[in-house]
Amino acid sequence: MLKKWQDLEIGGINSDSGNSIKKGLNNLEICKKPEFNPELCRNCFLCWVFCPDNAIIIENSMVTGINYDFCKGCGICITECPVTEAQKPLYIKEDKSAL
Amino acid sequence: MEALDGNSAIAEAIKQIEPDVVVSYPQSPSILILEAIALFIANGEMDSEFLNVESDYSAMSTCIGVASSGGRVFTATASQGLALMHEALFIASSLRLPIVIGVTNRTLAAPINFNADHSDSMAQRDSGWIQIFSENSQEAYDNIIQAFKIAENKDVRTPVMVGIDSVVTSNLCENIHIQKNEEILEFENKSNPTYSVLDIENPKTVGSLCASDYFFEHKMNQNNGIENSRKVIKNVGKEFGDRFNRYYGYFETYELEDAEYAVILMSSSAGTAKKAVDEMRKRGEKVGLLKLRVFRPFPYKELRESLSNLKSIAVLDRVLTPGTYGGPLFIETMAALYNLDKRPLVYPYIYGLGGRDITLKHIENIFDDMKMAFDNGKGIPEIKYINLRE
Ligand code: SF4
Ligand code: SF4
Repeated sequence: MLKKWQDLEIGGINSDSGNSIKKGLNNLEICKKPEFNPELCRNCFLCWVFCPDNAIIIENSMVTGINYDFCKGCGICITECPVTEAQKPLYIKEDKSAL
Repeated sequence: MEALDGNSAIAEAIKQIEPDVVVSYPQSPSILILEAIALFIANGEMDSEFLNVESDYSAMSTCIGVASSGGRVFTATASQGLALMHEALFIASSLRLPIVIGVTNRTLAAPINFNADHSDSMAQRDSGWIQIFSENSQEAYDNIIQAFKIAENKDVRTPVMVGIDSVVTSNLCENIHIQKNEEILEFENKSNPTYSVLDIENPKTVGSLCASDYFFEHKMNQNNGIENSRKVIKNVGKEFGDRFNRYYGYFETYELEDAEYAVILMSSSAGTAKKAVDEMRKRGEKVGLLKLRVFRPFPYKELRESLSNLKSIAVLDRVLTPGTYGGPLFIETMAALYNLDKRPLVYPYIYGLGGRDITLKHIENIFDDMKMAFDNGKGIPEIKYINLRE
């Protein structure tokens, strides 16, 4: 149920920061930056095409890694990567502290 | 009693209130407010953080930052400076931040001019800020002190701009009453901020994205703040009066009770208008004055009560809004009165642009014109320009 204006916090403030994880708005675990394994990569460059921050590094026509200064952890590259789940060259490390 | 110009009167009030932060960017003539505050701080007379920033836009953005962190903040600006703040003013009001700014109402360029008119504040009339206008130094001082209390009220939480007329009020000295520091501190008693981004135990998202599913509701929630201020402005004005014997409301009426003709205007010209009313009353004319103090929220209900029995009214706007039928004060007054069964005829006047004088004679002429037009049953009033060579 959407709230009425009387029920909103003043100033459009959201006191429930970081709630997108709690509410499961992103099942790719938002804000976890992916790891890259070159051995599994087919170099189709789909991740490079879709990455909104140009963070996929390509050298000599090969994907060589992720520029973590620009990667925002949106997970789009993982979704777009056509390789099967078990073999994905882009994945989130189990250790969730990666950020 | 102390002889102070309008700028110094505002600075004096700020010294007593001692906000956490004063943000400074120089505009003429409001810089004199900030200069005086800087001197107070340098002399150890007040203990506020004084931030020099690189533009008026930065000044308002800094105010937003301070207020979001739960700090009390003040800045002053004028004319082009207020115009440059435009975008950030909307952010401040919609985030419901209790910022107070002093505005020396100076005209907008071009041509460049440093004198009074209300084009700067009027251009911000839809920014969601409470707008209070002062007739003289005393009112400037009193309004600033009330402004913090209004802005910080938990039902209001809306920023306030207090206007004084450039040069005529800001730079001319007159004797004013300054209250004792203790009295002011007792009057203010700072409210706890409703939220603060610096509270790491309770993190908040401020200024987040909002889609069409909630935007309208948020705007309505914002509007509620300024609507609530109606009651608070009245109560604070009364409390101020009870304590310091100078009472304030949405407007001041002068000889209006039994008047048949009245002039409505704002700020410094009210002094001249009062004198004109006195002169005409001596000759037995039933004339009066309404000096509007609070332009936002616009006190349309109260104006109806005070004005509906008059024969006709002249609304004097100190701003030219090109391409409209009269200035903002005229349009809002008309809107307030239109749905009444019995309403006075309302005449639009424009005056005083860029500091152009308005004299006793001009105001007496306005009353005479109105009376003549009413007696002769002349049709629809046209806009008239006072003291313009044409
Ligand atoms: S997680 Fe997002 S930003 Fe980072 S590399 Fe993948 S697509 Fe680019
Ligand atoms: S989308 Fe997958 S397979 Fe294709 S280049 Fe990127 S990581 Fe390699």
